[in-house]
Amino acid sequence: MKYEESFERRLEKKGISRRDFMKYCGILSATMGLSSGFAPKIAQALASPKRPPVVWLAFAECTGCAESALRTTYPWIDELLLDIISMDYHETIMAPSGDAAEKSLHDTITQNQGKFICIVDGSIPTADNGIYGMIRGKSFLDIAKEVCPKALATICIGTCASYGGIPAAAPNPTGAKSVKEAIGIDTLNIPGCPPNPVNLVGTVVNYLLFGKLPDLDDKGRPLFAYGKTIHDLCPRRSHFENGEFVTSFESDEARRGFCLYQMGCKGPETYNNCPTVKFNEGTSWPVQAGHPCIGCSEPGFWDNMSPFYKPL
Amino acid sequence: MGQRVVIDPITRIEGHLRIEVEVTNGKVSNAWSSATLFRGLELILKGRDPRDAYLFTQRSCGVCTYVHGLASVRAVDNAAGITIPDNARLIRNLLLGAQFLHDHIVHFYHLHALDWVDVVSAIKADPKKTADLANQVSSAGNSGVNDFKQVQARLKKLVESGQLGIFANGYWGHPAYKLSPEVNLIATSHYLEALRQQARTARLHAIFGGKNPHPQSLVVGGVTCATDLNADRISEFKYLWKETMDFVNNVYLPDVVAVAGFYKDWAKIGGTTNFLVYGEFPQSAKEPDSFMFPRGAVFKRNLGQIQPVDMALVEEHVKHSWYEGDQALHPSKGETKPKYEQLDVGNRYSWMKAPRYKGEPMEVGPLARVLVAYGKGHEPTRKTVDGLLKKLGVPQEALFSTLGRTAARALETKIIGDAMEGWLNQLVENIKKGDTKIYQDYQMPAEAMGAGLNDVPRGALGHWVDIKEQKINNFQLVVPSTWNLGPRCAQNKMGPVEEALVGTPVADPKRPVEILRTVHSFDPCIACGVHVIDPRTNEVYKFKVV
Repeated sequence: MKYEESFERRLEKKGISRRDFMKYCGILSATMGLSSGFAPKIAQALASPKRPPVVWLAFAECTGCAESALRTTYPWIDELLLDIISMDYHETIMAPSGDAAEKSLHDTITQNQGKFICIVDGSIPTADNGIYGMIRGKSFLDIAKEVCPKALATICIGTCASYGGIPAAAPNPTGAKSVKEAIGIDTLNIPGCPPNPVNLVGTVVNYLLFGKLPDLDDKGRPLFAYGKTIHDLCPRRSHFENGEFVTSFESDEARRGFCLYQMGCKGPETYNNCPTVKFNEGTSWPVQAGHPCIGCSEPGFWDNMSPFYKPL
Repeated sequence: MGQRVVIDPITRIEGHLRIEVEVTNGKVSNAWSSATLFRGLELILKGRDPRDAYLFTQRSCGVCTYVHGLASVRAVDNAAGITIPDNARLIRNLLLGAQFLHDHIVHFYHLHALDWVDVVSAIKADPKKTADLANQVSSAGNSGVNDFKQVQARLKKLVESGQLGIFANGYWGHPAYKLSPEVNLIATSHYLEALRQQARTARLHAIFGGKNPHPQSLVVGGVTCATDLNADRISEFKYLWKETMDFVNNVYLPDVVAVAGFYKDWAKIGGTTNFLVYGEFPQSAKEPDSFMFPRGAVFKRNLGQIQPVDMALVEEHVKHSWYEGDQALHPSKGETKPKYEQLDVGNRYSWMKAPRYKGEPMEVGPLARVLVAYGKGHEPTRKTVDGLLKKLGVPQEALFSTLGRTAARALETKIIGDAMEGWLNQLVENIKKGDTKIYQDYQMPAEAMGAGLNDVPRGALGHWVDIKEQKINNFQLVVPSTWNLGPRCAQNKMGPVEEALVGTPVADPKRPVEILRTVHSFDPCIACGVHVIDPRTNEVYKFKVV
């Protein structure tokens, strides 16, 4: 088919050399904890002619996860959307509204049944027949039941879709549940409030590379990102070992970047790669900004990890 | 009776919104705005540590991230009687300023532009003519013939692939699109450029806030970023700020002017009547006197007489919301008994309540801020507003419109961005003098009430906290999008977006792009806007507004 031109050729046409592209694949390999030898395979996977269709459903959420995805810088979000995947439904950024938007959803899940990736942010209100979240008169619960089982896989982005998150915090006024609990399917979870976009992109690329999703832990999280605790990866760890602690935000200890354990840091019980990957092009992460980790990628953290300033 | 048109979901906004209009003789004759998601954040806060409140409320919204966090720490600061150190005030201002820059750029290009810009038409543009035109309009980079050729080739490829992704089923070719293919190509190039710029601008938050969205360096008493007050970090901030301001000055503002030039008829469509501003950006510990954007209210578009704001005159109505009763009450006495029946625009049709000030619906947000500052003679605002009106050759009344709202957002981006340099310089001066204090220690009171009144990208935002036994006894948020997108009140007066929609032309009810223009000009943010209820106990909330 005339449209099926290789990805590399497409890149070349817009002035991105093979060398740049391989460098970017190398960075992705590193993100995923793979050896540099995998970079050519990532290149091969990304070069497939048809862009994989993706449907992004937004339920009881704050749109922070969608915003976080917009911050991806390797690849940039425009490359991800226009050159790597086909984002066929995403209420925050798609051009059409109303009936025309519904058509986009309907078309892609019908034409690509069993082949599209479904990404979900937000939890699903289940109390009172799901009336607390509706689109076009349909509850989120019914929409999830209709769309998710048709997908090749459902990726939950953020702690709300993964584990219930803030709407499910006590007393859970709307009966909010994770996608898995609400509709009884297995999901791949990329928790965080919001998660680092690097971990979403790493997961998608893993799929493009190996034709399958990455290895997961018992909470459905990819091991390449959630395999170790914040505490084990923390650059302030030596201060913990030396008994050097911050005890007030206005102190020499705070200015010297001592350990935040006594300020309530939940790093020892939180599995995530924030200290190594950091956020926004590696600019910083909460502990670097002097604030304790609140454990935002753990199930039930709003209840189990709070009060947040109380030491573990 | 005209034709009913329902748009659900309204996309390119935060959250879940449904708009219904009645179209008579090609124009909207009636409109109803419905919020269709309820989460219950305020209820979840009850009984928790007041220091934690900001982490919860920040999750009201991940688009206008940071702002609810700020409102909450200010409310608890206020309850605990804390005056935060000068550096904490400056860093909080810088983080809020960064939020405005980021939010408004994303709104214009990624949430609003596709209402005015026909992406597919850009394929027909002549790249040479496009480059010539772009160079006339501004001195922005990436505007050579080859730049536009590349963007065009990329678009062509996308269209030919048959996988249009986010652009599929857009209203392309609609007669309401008025830009030439060349202007469409410039705007589409900038749409793509802004996708990258916003990611870089968000780094401003990460420098002093650890990350974005949902920065995490606020605390009751100040901020925590002690190790970031060094030359490295400050120059990094300055560099990214400068890069963003180059984009604002050379791309965003010229684009708004260029696009507005083609759509001057929209300077007569989509206006409202009354405006409310709490005020923002404290220039000293003295509030609200030191606010850069002053507090004030405008009635009947009268800019000659800006009224003071008395918080005791706010009422919330529930006659058309899914709550029991039809009494209008002050938030301090607000009863919240949920009662979802069905969506019926003749009766009850939203999870939002309808806030009113002195019984009137009030528009909040960029246009309100610009109008109040203009009316009060704020010099930078007068200068930028008058400059724009002159450039477009339109009178002052043109501000009261869909176009005016969108232009005001761009203008305040520049005003705030320019002010950020001053705050950053003050921070440097303080550090030079050896003042690195960013946090004030305090004792959490056993019982206290506090308020945090703010003006954030989408408008006036209030948080109220009631502390008992050092725990949150009650927490209340009255947020910008509730003012703008709320339903009718007990007197059946329309909410601002409903009022603004009346008179909007609709060429093709099946492809209502004109409606999106006016709705998007408010930059709706629905997750924030919905009030707490307790569906289990039908609990009544009582509040004394501070």
